[in-house]
Amino acid sequence: MAKIIYHTHDNKTHTVDVQKGLTVMEGAIQNDIPGIDADCGGGMACATCHVYVKEEWLDKLPIKEDGEEDMLDMAFEPKKNSRLSCQLIVSDELDGLEVNIPSKQS
Amino acid sequence: MNKTDVLIIGAGPTGLFCAHQLGIIGLSCEIVDNLDKAGGQCIELYPDKPIYDIPALPKCTGEELTDNLLQQIKPFKVKFHLNERVEQLKKIENRWNIKTSGGIEFDVAAIVIAGGVGSFEPRKFSIKEIEKFEGTSLFYSIKDKSIFKDKTISIFGGGDSALDWAVELSNTSKVNLIHRRDGFSGAESSVQKVKELDEKGKIKLFTKFQIESVIGEKNIESVKIKHDEGETKEIKSDYVLGFFGLIMQLGPILEWGLNINKKTIEVNTENFETNINGIFAIGDICSYPGKLKLILSGFHEGALAARGCFKYAKPDEKLRFEFTTTSKAAQERLGIKK
Repeated sequence: MAKIIYHTHDNKTHTVDVQKGLTVMEGAIQNDIPGIDADCGGGMACATCHVYVKEEWLDKLPIKEDGEEDMLDMAFEPKKNSRLSCQLIVSDELDGLEVNIPSKQS
Repeated sequence: MNKTDVLIIGAGPTGLFCAHQLGIIGLSCEIVDNLDKAGGQCIELYPDKPIYDIPALPKCTGEELTDNLLQQIKPFKVKFHLNERVEQLKKIENRWNIKTSGGIEFDVAAIVIAGGVGSFEPRKFSIKEIEKFEGTSLFYSIKDKSIFKDKTISIFGGGDSALDWAVELSNTSKVNLIHRRDGFSGAESSVQKVKELDEKGKIKLFTKFQIESVIGEKNIESVKIKHDEGETKEIKSDYVLGFFGLIMQLGPILEWGLNINKKTIEVNTENFETNINGIFAIGDICSYPGKLKLILSGFHEGALAARGCFKYAKPDEKLRFEFTTTSKAAQERLGIKK
């Protein structure tokens, strides 16, 4: 288990334990954290699990695979610290990861 | 009025195979889809990407899968209604009346919703004040390119649509192409072409810029764009085009009284009927315990839903289980000559 901290757009903070090996997207869906749609189910084929990663975590994350940046072009208000949460696999290294969920996904 | 046994909503692989299963058991159907072609997500999201988990097909692309399915349902002469979105639903005695966005009406015994994650619609700019220009000086798709002649056009996006239109319109218009990063997701040859045209001064390329605001009264006059590092620019624009791909929305189906859970429709696993008798849901749009969002699951769901439709379409007949290898009736329906 690793702690993942989700800040939702309504200024609430949800701290949940996510099983290692699941993605940050799945952690949000399974814990009913609002604001992550994940329309395609984790296939990097939509951009509706978009999150903003807290700056200090950015270089600790797995690097973007081909295609993630292309999908982020289509996200709602992408920024430099944007990631698709379906591409972030939870591990010990990500214990304590903080992400902000945008006001909407589309 | 189009009278048929079953209306299938969605022309993705699941909807297409359900049409096949309906045809085999002797029911007629028509298909409505919001896109301009059959194939659904396979064609719209990943036409060239290989799929490796279609039973008995070690590898095929989304496009090949769609072509094969269309080939497979050819004997049934299924009528397609593309570029149409279903809107209204009304029950008239034992049948359903459905109206589409383009005013097409159907009279059917049963409905199969194979809508994927909803209908595809263009993604839009996130700034509120730009909405009022939509359809006059802001567009998310191009129907008549002649209106852009000799005008200044600002195109936003980095995919094939943005690049292709930038190249095309640069022949007759002044084109600004604005994209949020240096990399593009469109074809490399188009990226090179855009860069050449930028060097020749035919296109003005702004990378690492995003829209900040829009200025204009009745029509757009200029757009303000902001660089990653904070610098802003105001560029004159008669028209703004946004190409940010598509999003999927459930749309009017939400109002039909179906049990909806997290954007999916709850069904039973016996025949994939919803809480409303005569309305079935299959593929990515349906949910039940253990649901897998795989194309092969959609095929199975479509086969059972088709049989579920039978009692509504032919209440006085009994459906017999048959194999296509031996059933004369099925082979006749397939147009097989012996």
